[in-house]
Amino acid sequence: MNAKSIGITLNGSEIHLKSNSLKELLESLNLSEARFAVEINREIVPKSQIDNYTLNEEDVVEIVIAVGGG
Amino acid sequence: MEKLIIGTREFSSRLLVGTGKYKDFQETQDAIVASGAQVVTVAIRRTNIGQNKDEPNLLDFLNPEKFIILPNTAGCYNVDDAVRTCNLARELLDGHNLVKLEVLGDEKTLFPNMTQTLEAARILVEDDFEVMVYCTDDPILCKELDDIGCVSIMPLAAPIGSGLGITNPYNIEIILENSNKPIIVDAGVGTASDATIAMELGCDGVLMNTAIAEAKKPILMASAMKKAIESGREAFLAGRMEKRLYASKSSPKDGVIK
Repeated sequence: MNAKSIGITLNGSEIHLKSNSLKELLESLNLSEARFAVEINREIVPKSQIDNYTLNEEDVVEIVIAVGGG
Repeated sequence: MEKLIIGTREFSSRLLVGTGKYKDFQETQDAIVASGAQVVTVAIRRTNIGQNKDEPNLLDFLNPEKFIILPNTAGCYNVDDAVRTCNLARELLDGHNLVKLEVLGDEKTLFPNMTQTLEAARILVEDDFEVMVYCTDDPILCKELDDIGCVSIMPLAAPIGSGLGITNPYNIEIILENSNKPIIVDAGVGTASDATIAMELGCDGVLMNTAIAEAKKPILMASAMKKAIESGREAFLAGRMEKRLYASKSSPKDGVIK
């Protein structure tokens, strides 16, 4: 199981996670249903790879959504 | 009206609208429907950590069958951030490759940084994006963006959100003469007549946000803009009369009772 505890940077904030599963992180953010995109260490993580993606210590994660703009 | 063709897509509306500055998503949706726009811009931003599960998402209010979502790179001040944002947008929108590139120069004017814009455009076109590009109204730079392969050139009419109208119609005319791509005035329109002026010059469309969102009644203004764009386009196609200094009678000279 993904029980390893790690520290990452998420959207500019340093946080600590109990699990290294990206899927679990997204679920904890209530993002599993919404439209979003994930970039880790400046590489896009395609939706198809999210379920099996394992986060590493000090990963820099960006999660974005669409918002109002011109 | 004849279709507007941008890259591989066809549109019947020549009005493109933004989704910023509205009271809520319902008002955003109502204004967009009233505007008749088919291309709708969105920004790409970090999600709030600890987002409420019931918090509405903008894309829930924009039916993907009715609208083409045009993600922008607003807020990006360099090539790297703009290209990253486009890549994130493409992933977010399931491979959709149409983007609005804007690389800004400074906070106060929000004028584009054109050296960075040109470089970002080259990278994105090479990477199979269809790039609609926000730019200054410099005819030479607009031509360069055209040559790079951008699908639409979008010169500003005035600073973003200023509502000053078409401040340099002569440059827009030169840009129109030089280009084979759709020219869409992006930014600066304040009211319906500004949109009509852009269309009468021969622009292929107008992209606006603040002029609608900051109107006292945004939905009514959205409807006004729809008509303004259609009127301006028809007037352009009809071809205006020549101006003359003195009067020219409309009624017959002869047969007036004495």
